[in-house]
Formats: sequence, C-alpha cells, structure tokens
Amino acid sequence: VKSFITGSGSFPTFASLNSQLRILVLSLLPSTISDPKNLGTVLHFIYLSSGEGMGGGIRQLLEQVHRLSRRSLFRVLSMGPLPTHLAFIMDGNRRYAKKRGLEDGSGHKAGFSALMSMLQYCYELGIKYVTVYAFSIDNFRRKPEEVQSLMDLMLEKIKSLLDKESIVHEYGIRVYFIGNLGLLNDQVRAAAEEVMKATAKNSRVVLLVCVAYNSTDEIVQAVKRSCVEKADRDVERIQLVDIEENMQMSVAPEPDILIRSSGETRLSNFLLWQTGNSQLFSPDALWPEIGLRHLVWAILNFQRSHSYLEKKKKQL
Amino acid sequence: MDFNDPMLALSSWIGQIGDFGLDLVWRFIHIVVTLWHIVSGIFESVESYAISLGLIQKYSSIDIEKLKCLAVVVDIEAARDVSKVIELLQWLTTIGVKQVGLFDSQGLLKKSKDMILEMVPRSVLLQETGEKHISPDRIALEFISSSDNKEAVVKAANILLEKYLKSIHPENGVGENVFTESHLNEALRVVGESVHVPDLLLVYGPVRSHLGFPAWRLRYTEIVHMGSLKYMRYGSLLKAIHKFTGVRQNYGV
Repeated sequence: VKSFITGSGSFPTFASLNSQLRILVLSLLPSTISDPKNLGTVLHFIYLSSGEGMGGGIRQLLEQVHRLSRRSLFRVLSMGPLPTHLAFIMDGNRRYAKKRGLEDGSGHKAGFSALMSMLQYCYELGIKYVTVYAFSIDNFRRKPEEVQSLMDLMLEKIKSLLDKESIVHEYGIRVYFIGNLGLLNDQVRAAAEEVMKATAKNSRVVLLVCVAYNSTDEIVQAVKRSCVEKADRDVERIQLVDIEENMQMSVAPEPDILIRSSGETRLSNFLLWQTGNSQLFSPDALWPEIGLRHLVWAILNFQRSHSYLEKKKKQL
Repeated sequence: MDFNDPMLALSSWIGQIGDFGLDLVWRFIHIVVTLWHIVSGIFESVESYAISLGLIQKYSSIDIEKLKCLAVVVDIEAARDVSKVIELLQWLTTIGVKQVGLFDSQGLLKKSKDMILEMVPRSVLLQETGEKHISPDRIALEFISSSDNKEAVVKAANILLEKYLKSIHPENGVGENVFTESHLNEALRVVGESVHVPDLLLVYGPVRSHLGFPAWRLRYTEIVHMGSLKYMRYGSLLKAIHKFTGVRQNYGV
C-alpha cells in the first residue's frame, strides 16, 4: 500500500499521514490482500479522509515555496539601495469590512494581520525602521463605540506584545509609541509604556507606532518642550536643532518611503515635518488587501529615484 | 591549510559569480520597470492630448469653486526655466484657479517674482490681508521656499518663548500655556507666514514628494505627481484638478 501511495505522486506518503490514518490504512490491508480490486477503493477512501491532513501538508509545502521565492526576490532587490525607514498609513479598514459585508470591528482585525505580514517582509528585507499610523487625534471624533472598540483592540494587541514568544522578542524589535499618550485611557497608556520599557534593549528592528498622533500636535509639543527647557536655563533663543531634538520622531531618521493604502493622496497630518525628502506612494489597495507586490513595487521605484533624493538631501 | 586555500578561492569565486548573476537579474527587473513607465507615459500623453482637445466629456466642465487654494511644487532644476512656470500659471488662469502658491526649495522662483507677476496676465501678489479682496478675474500668487518651512516655525517658536517667559509667575515658575496649535498658527501669522492650507498640491519633478513644502500647511492637502515641468501637459493638469473635485474627505472621523 505504501508503494502504491507514494508511487502515484498525488497521494501523501505513509509517513505524512497522521497516526489515526495510519491505523486505518493498516486495518484495511487485509481486505486489499484478499481482493486487489479493493485497493483502488481503499486508496480513494484514504485520499478523501485524509483531506485535512493532506491539505495541511500541501499548505505547508506551499508556504515553504513562498518563503523561499520571497527570500530570493529580496536577495535580488538588495542588489540596489534599500530604504532604511518605511512609513505606512493604514487606511481602508472600514471600507474593507463594508466591501466584504463583515461586521464593523473586523476590518481592523484584518488590518492588524496585514500589518504583521508587512512587518515580516520588512524584517526579512533588513529594513531597520518601520513607522505606522495607528490612530490619529482626529479619530477621537469618531462614534464613541467605534473609538472604544479600537482602544480595546489596541490594548489586546499591545498586551500580546508582552508575551515571551511574541514577534517583538523573536525578531528583536524595539517598540516606540509616538503621540500624545496623555489622550489615551490609562490602561492603554500603561500597557504602551510597559512595552516600551520591555523592548528597550532590542536593537535589530525599530517599530514606531503612532497613536493619538498628529504631526501638527507633534510640532507644538516639540516647541513647548524647547521653550520650557530654554526657560529653565534662562536662554532666550530657540534654534532649529532644539525643536528637531524635541520632536518625538527624532528617535528615527527621516522616512525614505511613505505608503498610504486605499489610493488617497493626502498625508492626513502624518509625519509632515519629516517627509520633505520622502517618496510618497498611494496604492489603490485597501490596507487589509496590501501585499508583497505593493511593497516590492514601492522599493523598485525608490531604487530608481534614490540618486535624485540623495542629491536633494545634500543640497539643503 | 594547503587544502583550504583553493577551497576558499573556489567559494569566493562562486560567490562572485552568484552576485554577478543576481545583479543581472536586478538590472533586468529594472529594465522591465522602466519599460512599464515608458508605456504608461505614452498612454497618459495620448489621454492628455484627447482631454485638451475636449474629446473626453467628463473633463469639459470642472467645479473650480471646490479648489480654493492650489499649491505647485517645482523641482529646483525645473525652477530655473521660468518660462515654463509662467506658461503653467497662464493655463491655471484659463482654468479659473483663484489662488496659487509656488514653491521651490531654494527660493529661485521668489527671486523671479517680479518677472512672473509681470508676465502672467491679471496676476497679483497675495498679501496676508489681501485674500478677501481678490477680484474674480484675478489670480493671486504666493512665493514660498524652504525658509518658510522649518525656519519659520523656529521664528514662531521664539515668539511663543517670549510670551511664555513674560507670563512666568515669579513664585511658582510656571508660565501660562501658550502652546496650542492656534497659538502657533497665530505666531506664524505674526512672523509673516501664510497659514492657508492648500487643497491640492501639484508636484512637478521626477519624484512624488512634497520636497519640503511648509509642513504646517500640508495637513489635508491632496498631493499629486505631475511629472516633469519641461514636458507638462494641459490635459494632465485638467485631469488632476477634476480628480481632486471628486475627492471626499472625512478628516479622520
């Protein structure tokens, strides 16, 4: 039976069947020996009943193939300049839920898994800084139920980052929460601060999550901090470096690429100060639909305009 | 060691061949991307030509009232060719745009301000108080450079610092809160900066980037890449403005 199964090519090997199926196969052996015509029925039966096992095996195989081809693609891409800092505006979760006829909160959950895949691709490509626009100060003006469910989702996901086996420890990610954290409720703020402290020693990748963030608010807060500092030290003049140092995003270099999903062409008060030399992309896909092809396309176009942007940076 | 040297040489030789192969694949992919851009450029040119001839119905009438303030960002190389900028402004006047902000990072257009104002018919310089007094057949121009971006915020910050220092109570050392967005907005006005938020930003340059346009004003601005200024097309301009009038923003809500 084993040789029949492996020989035909479209059946799983005996070894890959789970233990229950193996017992089943062995128990059916006597009937096939007594009448070889039953063999076809037996094999057909095994094929059908091992549907899940075989499906799982093939799915794993496909995943491995995907991973290998992705690694080779990234190896080719790394022949040219790669961005150091990528920023994402995760737009389109609600439209996605509406499009698919799902219930209200599930667009954001789908968006979260899209974010995780994007982070994995960035990690595999060796991109050190990734910034995401998770929640804007403007978003507080949404319906209270929606804001609350977003806060709950964020709390759940932030807490999951604290698990020992979570992605942040596996990949050595240092997490920053950027924004006016005072506007968040106490639980979310406490969880965020805990994650920042717990990941402070990681240094392989830096993830900056902008919550309760507005670029104009960031600028005002930086001005405020500079003024209070100067007032304390009795100095009467603020310089540009003071404001730059006090910007919350100063922990990362300027973004090289800013990607906004769902095709909208505006920045919506995100990183306005830091994107003077950044290339802006607006793929039409909604955020939960964003995939490897959008990232690769953005990087290929970045590689084409890299020398122009470098020249521009040196001019100013 | 005698055995290792040829092995090392062989493996480094194989590594070099591998890298060379990967490099070839990389270059090939980029050739394909360039071809794609060329082909899509051809399609855009044809479409733009059709639009300017009036062949495509939906672009024949544009609700220009929606576009209150337009900004144009010009790449430095392109800014040297002032005649092209003047031609663009003449097109915008024809379309009916009322207010245009011209930005280039080094201020080259600012230097040619007088020439531009002379050559563009019915143009007037936008003064801070002047925006309400623009008559319907005129176009108000504003000239912006990167000194109006970060340096202007520094100047405004110093005004706020002065206010703050003056308001510090001698007992507890705490000043009044002069640090809100509206305070900074007001301080920028005092410094002489325009705080109008452009509705649409057209980028004429090789890359879609706002190239350092004043950050404070870019909050909800639609940023559209128009290609190079040298090969600008009237049809593409119409298309970009028309697309803008169809955009619906919910401002984060």
